[in-house]
Amino acid sequence: MSLHSFVAAVLRRGVATEERAPPTADPCLAGPARRLGGSLALRHVDAGSCNGCELEIASAFGPTYDLERFGVRLVASPRHADAVLVTGVVTRNMADPLRRTVGAMARPCLAIALGDCASGCGAFRGGYGVAGNVDSIVPVDLAIPGCPPRPEAIIDALRRLTGQ
Amino acid sequence: MSEAILVAAAVLGVLAAAAGLALPAGRRVSAAAGLTLLACVAAGWTGAQVLVSGEPIQLHSALILPLTGVQLEVGPLGALFMVVTAAVGIGATIYGVGYASHGLGGRTAAAALPIFITSMLLVPAAGSVATFVVVWELMAISSLVLVLVEHRNRAATRSAAQWYGVMTHIGAGAILLALVLLAAHAGGQSFTTIRAHTAHLSRPVRTIVFLLALVGFGSKAGAVPLHVWLPKAHPEAPGPVSALMSGAMVNLGLYGILLVGDELLGGGPGWWWLVVLGVGVLSALFGALHAVAASDLKVLLAYSTTDTVGLMLIGIGAAGVFAAAAHTDAAAVAMMAALLLLVNHAAFKPLLFLTAASIQRASRSRDLDQLGGLMRRLPVTGPLFLVGALAIAAVPPLNGFVGEWLLFQSLLHGLANATLAIALAVPIAVAALALTAGLTAATVVKAVGIGLLGQPRSTGAAGAREVALSMRVGPGLLAGACVILGIAPMAVLGALQPVAATLVSATPIQILRPGVGLKLAGIPAAIYPAWLAVGILAAVLSLAWGRRALGRRGGPRPVPAWGGGTVTPTPRMAYTATSFAEPLRRVFDDVLRPDQDLDVSHVAESRYVVESIAYRTRVTDAIESQLYRPLLGAVTWWGERARRVQNGSVHRYLAFGFVALIVVLLVAG
Amino acid sequence: MNAAGAGGVAAIAVAVQIALVGVGAPLLGGLMRKVRCRMEGRAGPPLRQPLRELRKLVRRERLRPEHTSWVYGAAPLVLVATSVVVAGVAPIVTTRSPLAGGADLFAIVYLLLLGSLFLGLAGLDSGTAFGGMGASRALTLGALAEPALLVAILALAVPAHSSSLPVIIHGTLRHPGWAIGPARVLALAAFVVVVLAESGRLPFDNPSTHLELTMIHEAMVLEYAGPDLALVTASEQIRTAVLLGLLMTVFVPWGVATSSAPLAFVWGAITLTAKVAGAGVALAAFEVVTAKLRLFRLPELLAAAFVAATLSVLVALVTA
Repeated sequence: MSLHSFVAAVLRRGVATEERAPPTADPCLAGPARRLGGSLALRHVDAGSCNGCELEIASAFGPTYDLERFGVRLVASPRHADAVLVTGVVTRNMADPLRRTVGAMARPCLAIALGDCASGCGAFRGGYGVAGNVDSIVPVDLAIPGCPPRPEAIIDALRRLTGQ
Repeated sequence: MSEAILVAAAVLGVLAAAAGLALPAGRRVSAAAGLTLLACVAAGWTGAQVLVSGEPIQLHSALILPLTGVQLEVGPLGALFMVVTAAVGIGATIYGVGYASHGLGGRTAAAALPIFITSMLLVPAAGSVATFVVVWELMAISSLVLVLVEHRNRAATRSAAQWYGVMTHIGAGAILLALVLLAAHAGGQSFTTIRAHTAHLSRPVRTIVFLLALVGFGSKAGAVPLHVWLPKAHPEAPGPVSALMSGAMVNLGLYGILLVGDELLGGGPGWWWLVVLGVGVLSALFGALHAVAASDLKVLLAYSTTDTVGLMLIGIGAAGVFAAAAHTDAAAVAMMAALLLLVNHAAFKPLLFLTAASIQRASRSRDLDQLGGLMRRLPVTGPLFLVGALAIAAVPPLNGFVGEWLLFQSLLHGLANATLAIALAVPIAVAALALTAGLTAATVVKAVGIGLLGQPRSTGAAGAREVALSMRVGPGLLAGACVILGIAPMAVLGALQPVAATLVSATPIQILRPGVGLKLAGIPAAIYPAWLAVGILAAVLSLAWGRRALGRRGGPRPVPAWGGGTVTPTPRMAYTATSFAEPLRRVFDDVLRPDQDLDVSHVAESRYVVESIAYRTRVTDAIESQLYRPLLGAVTWWGERARRVQNGSVHRYLAFGFVALIVVLLVAG
Repeated sequence: MNAAGAGGVAAIAVAVQIALVGVGAPLLGGLMRKVRCRMEGRAGPPLRQPLRELRKLVRRERLRPEHTSWVYGAAPLVLVATSVVVAGVAPIVTTRSPLAGGADLFAIVYLLLLGSLFLGLAGLDSGTAFGGMGASRALTLGALAEPALLVAILALAVPAHSSSLPVIIHGTLRHPGWAIGPARVLALAAFVVVVLAESGRLPFDNPSTHLELTMIHEAMVLEYAGPDLALVTASEQIRTAVLLGLLMTVFVPWGVATSSAPLAFVWGAITLTAKVAGAGVALAAFEVVTAKLRLFRLPELLAAAFVAATLSVLVALVTA
């Protein structure tokens, strides 16, 4: 595609993002929200997910939902992150790395459990390789339910933190 | 008065050598060092006196050297080199006191070191061919002895000394030939006589003399392709000796080029200096490339010396080219840039060699891949090394920057009304200057980042302790010089101005405009290094204050380095000097020609399962392997052939004598 | 105007330039992010989002890998300080500040080099594999960009007989023909490539990558947290803004204040903002349609920039 036709396509298509209602204030998260001041950097840890949640995260950052417009970004290092975004049930092999990730972050840091597996082991409860849910490894500040949670649910939950 | 002090310097040097030779081990080092320091101070004072007053010193004595006598003459150029050498001598001598217990305490070394320093102080004071050649040879031999000090411990030292001895004597031969030719044609051997008659010399004689001098002094200066001894001898010499060789002796090679080319021959055609400029470009690029590829700290510094010498030769060459094109202003700026680079080099290179020797002593290695973590363990030496390293990277506010800025300005200014040769040469020189700067930046980050920062890579580095006090004071003085020369270059530039002007033009030229900043007369070019320094310092301090005030209480919390959540990074995972330089080695593989071996061995049962992988890579000096090895091979081949003639048979030898006698009779008859 | 008055104006000029760059640089980052999002069909975060991120980072905790030395803590300070000094001395708003004559293009290049050196050292001090990798790559590209940059500066300096920025700017304003001459166009090509390399943009480095193996700048700063990260991020933004500001001021100097009149000064600030914003939009749009080049293809691009710069010098000499 030539540059010219690309620009033409961009102008024709315009912005695909859907409007969303303003966020609801959450008194439980008021402290962290004030500290974050409208910007949230996430370090994503896949602790043993089936990748369903990952697809929804990718979708939430895509053009239709555009989570980035509310000040949320995925970052490449736990040092840069305000919160760890954990998907999936925590497997034995990932329990330590998850703890280390949280330990490597600047304090105060948050832990967000994304999806039913992360909050309560979901379909994998009692599996031989399962170490437990996220809360049993690191204290969870925000749980986003759903299997997998819809992008709208992810966006609404995270907007309670960014306040945007 | 000045004459007496100059003589006193020489006498003190001899006394220091005598003290080193005669006194018992306990007092030998301190007595020799004290006397050497006095000699340096005396010589430095004499040089400064000449620079300030502009009155040359002349001395003649028929008592010392038989047949010719000793003739001393200190003009502005020689005085400058005396001051610079004295400064390096002071730093290295102070350092040497603490270093003595590491191998410089022996009788030979304690006697040779003062001789080496004194002869270097006297080279720029020599006023006749005989005197010059004698002190030059004294310098060469005493430095050779000093390179050999540690030969019992390392075989590499012997090979390095061989290379050094051969190269330095090839150079000395060329110098001797050049000076004798000059003296013969001028009808006298004192420099004053030569200067007076030089205008009447025929062009071929002048050209031959210049080219011979370029070869001879170029080999001492470490210019490509005569640099091969430098990355061998400098690393093998003990710390203070390598500092002196790199910071002072190499400069004297450039002094020789200036002495013969500008002072004695009074300049020459443009192509002479284009050759010098070309050699400079080659040396700068070759040195910088090898420095970035080297993983031995002192080899890295030695190649970086070749690189800096290349920049100085670019300045000297550009000055000659511009002067030949009657572009005197630009020539004067170029010459001043070359001299400033030289003064800077004499400040930062000994600093780096001395601190490198401290690092080597403290961590028992000079291989960068065995160092690391030393900035914390050597709280004085580490930052001193960083100062020197930033200075060679030519970043403001340190001294290297002002030199390169001046060189750039002279090249830019020389482009006005350029001849074709200048129009082609200047962009190449600027590109070489720039690429050198970029490569040196990478070299510096490699040397400091791998050598001093991160985690220690060996038990030696992990157990390093700060070195003795005098080993911190000597480099400390040189680091102070780097900072002062960087912030207030005007102090020394004022003294360089008349020297530079007399080298390129018969009439005095105003190069600098008076003022706080560095402003050039005739070109709209100015920088205020002190302001830049103040600006950077103010910004750093206010940001540090802001970070403290706005952030949370207390310093940063120490945490284990992030290893991806599974492991804590170990030194084996960190980048090494070799891996750091790998991208540049790959980009410049035509020049660097790295040898690489990859051995993959498989387990016996299946060739799909790898048992071990061995990877070796080595960067060899292409000039050594392509030029010198074949040459040495040819020499050896002829040697083997010649040995057949000499088989021990007395009859055969008698026959040789008989045949020779017949031939002589036939020819004479 | 008396000396004290001139000094006062000069101090204000420098302060305004630094403030403009300091506040404008994160906004420029926001603008470029917005353009990028829009071209991808997204709404994108508000322009002031980078400022919010900086404010948040400043309040967070500082971390330090255990074995690091003082260099690690000093590097972000030096990095920002050099960028700020460049923002102060480069005559991007007015050529009338006394500092403008105190540092020429050559000095600016070496000031930025000082920052890059410290960042490289910090990458190695962190002791991680990625820190070393980033430092190695960044300095390799920096070494190769340097010849193109300095020779391009030489090409700019030849017609003006000076590398001093005010002289070059005044010359261009007096001879508008310079700005569209072949020498300038070639130098511009070289400059743009170098600016892309030095500010770590595509196709040299992808500032928004999450893959460590493709990182250059990001890899060096993976260990920084809190206020240190804020400094590093700010320096990156300031560096981009300053480089774009220099590019626009040198090649399109119209609007820069050449007198001490307050109105000229305000106009200079406005035109600078507009020019840099325009350059930022163009750069962001270019980044959307460009892919990152392989690391070992980048030297070829820089070599092409060097050839363009050398040709530019020769053309400048012939036409001079």
